[in-house]
Amino acid sequence: MAVDASEIQKVANLARLSIDESQLETTADTINRILELVDQMQMVKTDHVEPLAHPLDATQRLRKDVVSEENNREQLQSCAPVVEDGLFLVPKVIE
Amino acid sequence: MSQTTPSQLKTDNWPLSTDQWETVIGLEIHVQLATKTKIFSGASTAFGAEPNTQACAVDLGLPGVLPVVNEEAINMAIKFGLGIDAEINKVNVFERKNYFYPDLPKGYQTTQLEKPIVGAGHVEITLKDGSTKTVRIHHAHLEEDAGKSLHEDYHGMSGIDLNRAGTPLIEIVTEPDMRNAEEAVAFAKKLHSIVTTLGICDGEMSQGSMRFDVNVSVRPKGQKELGTRTETKNLNSFKFMEAAILKEVERQIDLIEDGGDVIQETRLYNGDTDEARSMRSKEEANDYRYFPCPDLLPVLIEDSRLEKLRAEMPEMPDAKKARFVSDLGLSEVDAEILSGDQATAAFFETAANISGDARLASNWVLGEVSKSLNANSIGISESPVTADMLAGLITRIKDNTITGKVAKQVFEALWKGDGKNADEIIEKQDLRKVTDTDAIESMIDEVLVANAQQVENYRAAPPEKRSKMIGFFVGQAMRASKGKADPGMVNQMLKEKLDA
Repeated sequence: MAVDASEIQKVANLARLSIDESQLETTADTINRILELVDQMQMVKTDHVEPLAHPLDATQRLRKDVVSEENNREQLQSCAPVVEDGLFLVPKVIE
Repeated sequence: MSQTTPSQLKTDNWPLSTDQWETVIGLEIHVQLATKTKIFSGASTAFGAEPNTQACAVDLGLPGVLPVVNEEAINMAIKFGLGIDAEINKVNVFERKNYFYPDLPKGYQTTQLEKPIVGAGHVEITLKDGSTKTVRIHHAHLEEDAGKSLHEDYHGMSGIDLNRAGTPLIEIVTEPDMRNAEEAVAFAKKLHSIVTTLGICDGEMSQGSMRFDVNVSVRPKGQKELGTRTETKNLNSFKFMEAAILKEVERQIDLIEDGGDVIQETRLYNGDTDEARSMRSKEEANDYRYFPCPDLLPVLIEDSRLEKLRAEMPEMPDAKKARFVSDLGLSEVDAEILSGDQATAAFFETAANISGDARLASNWVLGEVSKSLNANSIGISESPVTADMLAGLITRIKDNTITGKVAKQVFEALWKGDGKNADEIIEKQDLRKVTDTDAIESMIDEVLVANAQQVENYRAAPPEKRSKMIGFFVGQAMRASKGKADPGMVNQMLKEKLDA
């Protein structure tokens, strides 16, 4: 499997990463080298191995359904660029 | 789903009339679980709080935070699975669904893909003609809700409220088993009944507690392949859902008959204006790059948990309906309505048990109680007339203390808070049924004197017409007694006097 510059551009757009056009080819090369490594790993026989969702051999601990968080809006919004009426303001988004 | 081009669809007798098209509907339903806290944080999920006062560091996706799964969200999802006879997956993996939108602070939604908690199940629906149908559930998975974007004018910006972010949801996905709007609405109502009976959702649709996405396609009758579908998102009332389906079916048929193609797209329906529009094409947005969430370990569901929850399962609406019919002698139609909503069913059963008369209790709950609740736009849990109070009123109808007409008056007084129970109002307002012969006789005499002309007409009329004409005098006499006279006695005594 290999990717080209246009695919790099598409994925970068989905991930909201800005990659300079002059860097697209080099980035594709770098990522293709990683993909080659993945291809190599794919050759390992895993027929009798359970798929792994998490590297730790442990299961999730569950939490009781009890409110433990107080209203901390003022502090949490202190790092936001624009706030009004308790809302975070962001550049206009319309679907 | 395979796509069909218009040229494949066209036949010799093109265009087809409306009844030669078949509609295919599948639903995706987001159900907000009635937990006290978020699915991955200890922030409250209470509705209606000031913006962002219930959004903690985890909900905001601040660096360094870690999610911890709410046990109750897992339990509620399992209960749903048990309620629709579905397999429960023992190993649950949460995945990240990546997309960018300001009301999704982490840049991904934590959801399930490969291993949803609830596997295939089924729901029985009853249609208006009394027939039943099975709608298959493909699966239901656990996920978190997003926040809310407010597009009113904030100086050309959008306002973001993240109180809802992280609220636990189950997304229920049906097979495309419904064939018209009626079936889809019947299914939606049944699902509402199931989740409220289970107590896993408050069912408040106007607050967004249940939101329906409707997948609609059309195909010529008899064709096997499905047509191209559209998805109308976020319908939050049964009425809007029905209207949106009818509108979309008509649009697709018109479009194809005019030689066009239905495009697979997401659409929005505005219930207030009855208008629908395209939202966005799914092509690029669809690339969500799912992967297992490294912050969350697999959630293992032990048999002991399953068994404990199974033992806690309430009586489901179908079983309740059957019991109302067989044990309490209610009609199928009345039993269907009463069993459909947990609070209504409980109210009815309390009133029926205390008064010992299920039929009267059913009539009153479906009649005066429902009418008054609707007129005041409140739910049965907020009814000023409690089940106990209704039972007290029914008892006084049964033991002949009051007439049916006065009973409505007592009900209204109870509703307004004029007394704490029916007996108090009956005493205070002197509403006991009048069964005293002398009192009724003098009232009747007054009515006959005041309506001498009608009396003459009655006596001149042939006997077969008289039985209808007597209704006038009964009405007058009942009015004179303010509804308190025993109607049977009034009828009897009037007849004797007029026919004398």
